Amino acid sequence: MDGIVIVGAGECGTRAAFALREAGYSETVTLIGAEPHLPYERPPLSKPASEGVQLKSICTKDALRAARIAYYQGTSAAKLDVHSKLLTLDDGNAVKYDALLLATGASPRRLTCTGAEYVLDFRTYSDARAIFSLANHGARFAIVGGGLIGMELAAVLRGKGVAVSVIEAAPRPLGRAVPARFAAKLHARHVEEGVSFYLGQGIAAITVGAVILSDGTAVPADVTVSAIGVVPEISLAEAAGLATGNGVLTDAGLRTSDPHIYAAGDCAAVLQANGSHVRFECWRNARAQAETAARNMAGTTVNFTTIPWFWSDQYDLGLQVAGLSQPGHASVVRPLSNGEMEFYLDEGRLIAAAGLGTGNSVAKDIKLAEMLIAAGISPDPDLLADPAVNLKSLLKNVRAA
Amino acid sequence: MTWVTACQLAEIEQEGAKRFDHEGRTYALYRAPDDSVYCTAGLCTHEAIHLADGLVMDYEVECPKHSGVFDYRTGEALRLPACENLKTYQVEVVDGEVRVAIG
Repeated sequence: MDGIVIVGAGECGTRAAFALREAGYSETVTLIGAEPHLPYERPPLSKPASEGVQLKSICTKDALRAARIAYYQGTSAAKLDVHSKLLTLDDGNAVKYDALLLATGASPRRLTCTGAEYVLDFRTYSDARAIFSLANHGARFAIVGGGLIGMELAAVLRGKGVAVSVIEAAPRPLGRAVPARFAAKLHARHVEEGVSFYLGQGIAAITVGAVILSDGTAVPADVTVSAIGVVPEISLAEAAGLATGNGVLTDAGLRTSDPHIYAAGDCAAVLQANGSHVRFECWRNARAQAETAARNMAGTTVNFTTIPWFWSDQYDLGLQVAGLSQPGHASVVRPLSNGEMEFYLDEGRLIAAAGLGTGNSVAKDIKLAEMLIAAGISPDPDLLADPAVNLKSLLKNVRAA
Repeated sequence: MTWVTACQLAEIEQEGAKRFDHEGRTYALYRAPDDSVYCTAGLCTHEAIHLADGLVMDYEVECPKHSGVFDYRTGEALRLPACENLKTYQVEVVDGEVRVAIG
């Protein structure tokens, strides 16, 4: 037996390695990570403590050893031969596998304009170190991209007394992942906090000291950070002849077009009930897909059905979103004591919910909403809108029925 | 044993939690479905997140950020990423007043 090889030691690959043991898999497990550290958590990178960016390991060396996980640190996969079931590494060594998991993640999309070499990315521990080493009081930062990562970084930098400009190609920030109501509230909060926005603007060039917009405006910047999204790491899969699209294509059980190879996390585009393939980029998805893939690789048959869920902290505000809302869905607003929630209904059926409030105040209600979504119910919109109606009682009524 | 008064029982929602801070430490108080009251350390053992913001279902509390789950009666970590148990504290309710043995 050659065992299972996991390519990528981020949140997904690492979780999968341990989940294989939890699922009773007893053969060799090999975890291959390109970065020169123990596997670490990415969410804390955007929340540096006063003493700087901390590397928070997902697990200790001892935990890897106790679970008999062979960890190859600072090693990349170079070539995947699906016929011989052989993975060649960048150091020239090769490992054979019975089954392989692609947890290769994603890489920052890069600007292509003149001067793009001056721009910092924000994905890894070393990226975070580089950014925050320059984030001195009074420094001027330009952030290209007003998505979740760009806006979280803007909030943290404002807290350090850095002057921040956000440049976004779309007419409003946070347009992709955040429902319009809360995108507008977060945008307004950033304006209040002194962030300058340049919306509907492309980048003509980056110079030392400024970002030149497509309309010729020069935005002064000592440091420019790019946060224009990520592209899935599919080159290994593509070269091996696996089916790819916007990610490595998998079935509902996370199996790729090769029956011995699975994909999970940021790199995986997973078959949905409507026939499309969808890729999710968030912490919980990485872990949840890792667990599904591990169970299937260990011999069970389970489909991935977890409802997408993410959070984002900006200033003292916490946003949480469960499910996927579409522009055509009806919405119902529910006021909360420290914030607000919005529910999204598709022909009466609850599909998604989002909430924005101070700290983690919306978390409980979003969790309950997620369980209501999973139950597949069509709740009375008036009950959803009424803060006096406990969502837990709605859930208990469903479970009792 | 030092007992301190934390709050009134009525201030904790049934099958809910409430944060309690005392002398620079933070705790979470829970009122179970049967109205019994429990107390644990206030912060999740995975990252420093206040558990009182989490959802209480039956005798479990779920961290509002990373979805780790604990049995708040025993402090036992029931679901990853939480793997270290929570410290628990003795509680008594006297005339509707919740008191905690903090040390």
